[in-house]
Amino acid sequence: MLSFVAQRVLKGVIVLLAIVVLNFFLIRLAPGDPAVVMAGEAGASDQVFVKQLREKFGLDKPLPEQLFIYVKGVVSLDLGFSFRQQAPVAKLIGERLPATLLLTLTAFAISLALGVLFGTFAARFAGTFLDTAITVFALIFYAMPIFWVALMGILLFSVTMDWLPSFGYETVGANYTGLAHAVDVAKHLIMPAMTLGLFFMATYTRMTRASMLEVKRLDFVKTARAKGLSDAVIQRRHVLRNALLPVVTLAGVHSGTLIGGAVITETVFAWPGIGRLMYDALLQRDYNLLLGVFVICSAMVLIFNLITDLVYRLVDPRIEFAS
Amino acid sequence: MPKRVLLGLLLACGLMAPALAQEPKTGGVINAVIQPEPPGLMLAMIQNGPTQMVSGNIFEGLLRYSPKLEPQPELAESWSVSEDAKTYTFKLRKGVTWHDGKPFTAADVLFSIEMLKQTHARARTNLAQVDKVEAPDDYTVVFTLKQPFGPFLGIFEVGSMPMVPKHLYEGTDFKTNPYNNAPVGTGPFMFKEWQKGSFIRLVKNPNYYEKGKPYIDEIYWQIIPDAAARSVAYETGKVDVLPGGSVENFDVPRLSKLKDTCVTGAGWEFFSPLAWLWLNNRQGPLADKRVRQAIMFAIDRDFAKDVIWNGLGKVATGPSSSAIKYYTDDVKKYPYDPAKAKALLKEAGYKGEKIRLLPLAYGETWQRWGEAVKQNLQDVGMNIETIATDVAGGNQKIGDWDYDIAFTYLYQYGDPALGVGRNYISSNIAKGQIFNNVEGYVNPEIDQLFADGAIATPDSKRKEIYEKAQKILVEDVPVAWMLELQFPTITRCKVKNLITTGIGVNDGFKDAWLDK
Repeated sequence: MLSFVAQRVLKGVIVLLAIVVLNFFLIRLAPGDPAVVMAGEAGASDQVFVKQLREKFGLDKPLPEQLFIYVKGVVSLDLGFSFRQQAPVAKLIGERLPATLLLTLTAFAISLALGVLFGTFAARFAGTFLDTAITVFALIFYAMPIFWVALMGILLFSVTMDWLPSFGYETVGANYTGLAHAVDVAKHLIMPAMTLGLFFMATYTRMTRASMLEVKRLDFVKTARAKGLSDAVIQRRHVLRNALLPVVTLAGVHSGTLIGGAVITETVFAWPGIGRLMYDALLQRDYNLLLGVFVICSAMVLIFNLITDLVYRLVDPRIEFAS
Repeated sequence: MPKRVLLGLLLACGLMAPALAQEPKTGGVINAVIQPEPPGLMLAMIQNGPTQMVSGNIFEGLLRYSPKLEPQPELAESWSVSEDAKTYTFKLRKGVTWHDGKPFTAADVLFSIEMLKQTHARARTNLAQVDKVEAPDDYTVVFTLKQPFGPFLGIFEVGSMPMVPKHLYEGTDFKTNPYNNAPVGTGPFMFKEWQKGSFIRLVKNPNYYEKGKPYIDEIYWQIIPDAAARSVAYETGKVDVLPGGSVENFDVPRLSKLKDTCVTGAGWEFFSPLAWLWLNNRQGPLADKRVRQAIMFAIDRDFAKDVIWNGLGKVATGPSSSAIKYYTDDVKKYPYDPAKAKALLKEAGYKGEKIRLLPLAYGETWQRWGEAVKQNLQDVGMNIETIATDVAGGNQKIGDWDYDIAFTYLYQYGDPALGVGRNYISSNIAKGQIFNNVEGYVNPEIDQLFADGAIATPDSKRKEIYEKAQKILVEDVPVAWMLELQFPTITRCKVKNLITTGIGVNDGFKDAWLDK
């Protein structure tokens, strides 16, 4: 298993470097000069000022040289300096990453738990009213844009009922500590995590349901039934366990998409994570910051995929690591 | 009269602002919205709107400006001008200290000027008129100009020329100075904490030189990136102040009707944002003056004001906003007249050539305005193609002159020499740069008028020159002037005295207090 992990980490590093190079050129293909954005209304009409900014941040150097400097930095774990925010990229990301991880992991847990639960029920009661109700419920959340669900949530739970805060990570100025702080953060987390989680929940519900119905038809289930095992045991031990494999695969793939969804969720709920950092960096053509966020997100996807493979093995011990 | 028009009129007249004078009360916290999150708070190095709004509390300039743009004392308690209008002597206030306790003296002013020349584009341009600056003693600063410069007393507000602590910046790399992240000024509030993505916290300066001020204990600038979420934050009582431009305009009438809500359009007099359409004078049909005039006649600007801007603002008459010096409305008029527009297009021989329109990627209001203008121009037979882009991409296209019509709005800075001339003089044509003469208008007479206007004395002479320039420009239509914009500030009525000067919320909350 160790050699498997080592091999995957090595491959991951190579993939990461390829991502850096590709993104480096892709970002620069977008029209818009970061020096002009930085200079703003007051400075953009001043040629000398804009030129000075370009020189200061090395934007006047040839592209291959800029790439070489950047990659050299990344290899030594230096993600560069944000032009716009005038701070090291690693520091900026470090400040925001915990909030994004809290949001996405909670959303991930919600989506997986609810998705598998609803999918199992739908499969168990396939063809009944409950199955139809779950399917419709799941499809509604799958079809609705995340920002719209978020706004509706705010309207209902913040404006109308005043149950949950509409923005932020914590109550600003309240200075809570210990348990009170944890409760406060949890209250702020509920709506963004549910908004993001419900979208993915729909996919897992559908996938679990389809997969379970397929597994149910297989011979080993018939054998189990013939052996006289109870329906509940068959569902839990034989059907669900096997049906989860495609769900795990999908969850691995979704780890990257979750970050994408977090950009919108974090913007609507003013959640101080890296999704917003990425959005701002893109609008301001803050190349280093944008690349830095991409590097971290890509690294997270690679890590999630590695975890997926390990979980695979736990769910089905027949799967070999070495191959 | 539609309600929104009424609202606009009320705002314009300032009638909705509380008028009764009361004794200020001390204490309390103000929660305000800031959008977008400022990239930094070091005002001498970063001059965008959000930075000014927060840092206007931390830093100060030598002068402030009344809503009528008259200079008032701030760090300078008095000033005098020599008879030849070339020497300006400022007497600094005594007993002023930086937030770290060190005294503020003339040496800080001299250092700030040298630093700003390197880091602050607008200050550098303004200071280009200065031959030398001297400090005969710790509390006197003398500026000697190369030649008289009419708007000189208008360049000292905190955003244009913030004072920087010499003892913390001299001999350092300005870019990486650690005080950029924890700015030290002389202002009424001190920087305390910045949780990136969440809030910026300022606390009262207990040693502020104006005794008794500030009245407020703390200010939290809440960072909420989504416009709808900002409206909700106000509606649910989480924030007390929505500075101009915080919410979409279509939300303003709804929020204005909320209980205990006050709205004012005041505080934009110094900036006087003026919206116009860049018209590329160099190429295609727009090179013909008659086509540009046709555009002015074709666009229903009253509709834009009443419907898209909810009655806020004023239809522009030309290159100067009515709030700044030497404005005149005695210029050629362009009422909404599609028939006249069609006739002018015909006369110019326009044959349906494609014209590219770049809307401004600043949100819903601007998007809707882009659609309305497109419709107006299509109605008179123009073939308009909208080009979708984001701010950075749009800037590049405009700077590269790769557009036909493009939306923008620019500040006027109180004087034609500071905020108007730059858009029309031919020496400001430079490919790759934006916010200068990107339309490519060349008129030696206009160049001369703006050159003369900046240095003419007395004021009556300047008035004459700038009125003439406005007449010529309005006849030539190098750009299509749309509206004098008004960004309403929405507050709980318990927040008193928030806006007292011509730069509004950007001037800090030193006079504000809470009627608890």
